[in-house]
Amino acid sequence: MAATIEDAPTTSAPARTEGPRRPSRVGPVLLTTLTWIVAIGFFFPVLWMVLTAFKSENAAYTDPPTLIFSPTLEQFRAVFDAGIGPYLANSLGATAISTALVLVLATPAAFALSLRPVEKTQDVLFFFISTKMLPVVAAIVPIYVVVNEIRALDNIWTLVVLYTAMNLPIAVWMMRSFFLEVPTELLEAASIDGASLGRTLREVVLPIISPGIFATALICVIFAWNEFFFAVNLTAANAGTVPVFLVGFITSEGLYWARLSAAATLAALPVVLAGWFAQNKLVQGLSFGAVK
Amino acid sequence: MRRRAPDEAVTPRRLGRARFLLALLGVALLGMVAGCSGAGALGGEAGAQTVTVAIVSNPQMEDAIKLAPQFEAENPGIRLRFVSLSENEARAKITASVATGGGEFDAVMISNYETPQWAQNGWLTDLQPMVDATPGYDAADFVPSVRNSLSYQGHMYAVPFYGESSFLMYRTDLFAQAGLTMPANPTWQQVADMAARLTDKSKGKAGICLRGKPGWGEMMAPFNTVVNTFGGRWYDPQWNAQLTSPQFEQASQFYVDLVRNYGEPGAAQAGFSECGTQFGQGNAAMWYDATSAAGTVENPDESTVVGRVGFAPAPVVATPSSGWLYTWSLAIPKTSPRKDATWKFMSWMTSKQYMQRVGTQLGWTSLPPGSRLSTYQIPQYQQAAAAFGPTVLNAIQSANPQQPTVQPVPYQGVQFLRIPEFQDLGTRVSQQLSAAIAGQKTVRQALEQSQEYASTVGESYQ
Repeated sequence: MAATIEDAPTTSAPARTEGPRRPSRVGPVLLTTLTWIVAIGFFFPVLWMVLTAFKSENAAYTDPPTLIFSPTLEQFRAVFDAGIGPYLANSLGATAISTALVLVLATPAAFALSLRPVEKTQDVLFFFISTKMLPVVAAIVPIYVVVNEIRALDNIWTLVVLYTAMNLPIAVWMMRSFFLEVPTELLEAASIDGASLGRTLREVVLPIISPGIFATALICVIFAWNEFFFAVNLTAANAGTVPVFLVGFITSEGLYWARLSAAATLAALPVVLAGWFAQNKLVQGLSFGAVK
Repeated sequence: MRRRAPDEAVTPRRLGRARFLLALLGVALLGMVAGCSGAGALGGEAGAQTVTVAIVSNPQMEDAIKLAPQFEAENPGIRLRFVSLSENEARAKITASVATGGGEFDAVMISNYETPQWAQNGWLTDLQPMVDATPGYDAADFVPSVRNSLSYQGHMYAVPFYGESSFLMYRTDLFAQAGLTMPANPTWQQVADMAARLTDKSKGKAGICLRGKPGWGEMMAPFNTVVNTFGGRWYDPQWNAQLTSPQFEQASQFYVDLVRNYGEPGAAQAGFSECGTQFGQGNAAMWYDATSAAGTVENPDESTVVGRVGFAPAPVVATPSSGWLYTWSLAIPKTSPRKDATWKFMSWMTSKQYMQRVGTQLGWTSLPPGSRLSTYQIPQYQQAAAAFGPTVLNAIQSANPQQPTVQPVPYQGVQFLRIPEFQDLGTRVSQQLSAAIAGQKTVRQALEQSQEYASTVGESYQ
């Protein structure tokens, strides 16, 4: 498969007449080929997951694997029968609310750390990022004990608080880099016109960095949606999220690959849709900020 | 990328977007306040008395979830909620919850590895009074070896949902083609000889499938049965590690050689599921694994070798039998405030009537095997499981966790050592042996390293 893809751009490349410039075509063609290979390498597992979701369990296990099969929706029906609904609702809730909270908290923080730097800005920034240096697994025992003590196990608001805390440092750093791109002349102009700080932020700065806000929000959504470790350790029957639901399909006895693929496809769908809707904003945002 | 001109910044459209964003946040906060009064769930429902059950996902448990609405209909005051997780996650989650008194679960699915240890720690409810007070429950009907493995000081602290041992599955058609006959009680040497004759690497056919994936519940399970029957042991009665003893080394060398020479491709990463796939797709002539695999290989939806599989007892060397003993069972953590309702459900799920219910509604091959002797008296089950039923029951009954090997040992358990440290120790040792299977080190090197791990654990018991 890789061989045909490798050949394709080479054969389709138009012959050029200008002799001396000819060698310069090799680089781009190679680069394109490499990009295709990497892109397919990344995309293939996802494609395989989607294909497997439409197979029967028996077809999912054929060796060698087959691309031709009669598609069935049986696995999706089984996933819905297994009750994905409450898990989806929990994931949507935890993701939406934590992302909203992160934006509310990160925007003024990032503003203060960029356009109106406070004393010891660098220390504050370092403190924020230092909270990401400890692996979550090292903190889970104290977190579990505290959550247990305040009787907040298996509660969706526990996840909301944790996801907000988890994403806040990243959001502050990301948004700070977007804020830094705002020309200071603009703020001075607003100030001369008599705009208050709140109004300057609301009507001058935020509209300019809106792509950055979208990019930050999308990153937060992806992280919160996919978060597994806190969810599996701190929830049970009430507050389980989609990744926890997915794990129920991994079994050490019996064959559930097709069903697991169907569940995973459904779980990935909301993020893909969110990414698709935000695509324009995201691309703009990514090239605008520091994550160029 | 085009930079926006300053005069573009404040426009009605952008103002609208800012307001929209604020409104969105307002709604989110409102939802937060409203939701705080709820039970901590989004999209959940409230019930009169909700029993939360943590289970390990596998086909029999899925069946139980399917039938649970019938229990709720018969017991209107009780609602059931299941948390279904894969084995590793379930074990970690349930252990954390029960050990710290988290109290998320009213019933937990644990095995004969945890039950006696947790009962000793005082984490579990003594079920014996409830067992005795339930008319028609008939605890004497549980397979004795299974019942004993779930008891502490003569009292049951968990009730078995299903039980399993290990046995050897083999392809009757391939054996006939090669002119081979499986002995009634095969030895490991006979198995190795037959595997040599049945291996055809050019066609991708393995003589035997054996687990090589690291993990105390993965390769350590079949491997330990081999060690036991070769006469090896982990510790002598004084807790001195014995992993470099001649018997242990001989067994390890045999296992590694067998799987390297005649085993499945990628054996160092093959566990139960991978071997199930290989054998079910017709790529292996034999498979030594859990008796619960019988359901998988005889299921036409999952296997292409249905009706062409024979079942033999676990191969032996120096012991009369070598099959392991494992049971998934239900227990009530001490913290549960709904013990009576929980017991009502547990006794329903482990009763004789439940077997009838599964058989008539979901099919007789779906019965949870190995827990009750009466299961093997049901004519429909006898017929459905004719090929493997008696071998399975025999294997479970003859498993001997009290005296797993030839020489005396200070621990109990066949495929595991029933000490808390074994989860970690077993996994570490299996990583060493898996590396030997992958050819990264010799068996001797693997065992020398393992001996150090085992000595550290042993010292804490001396």
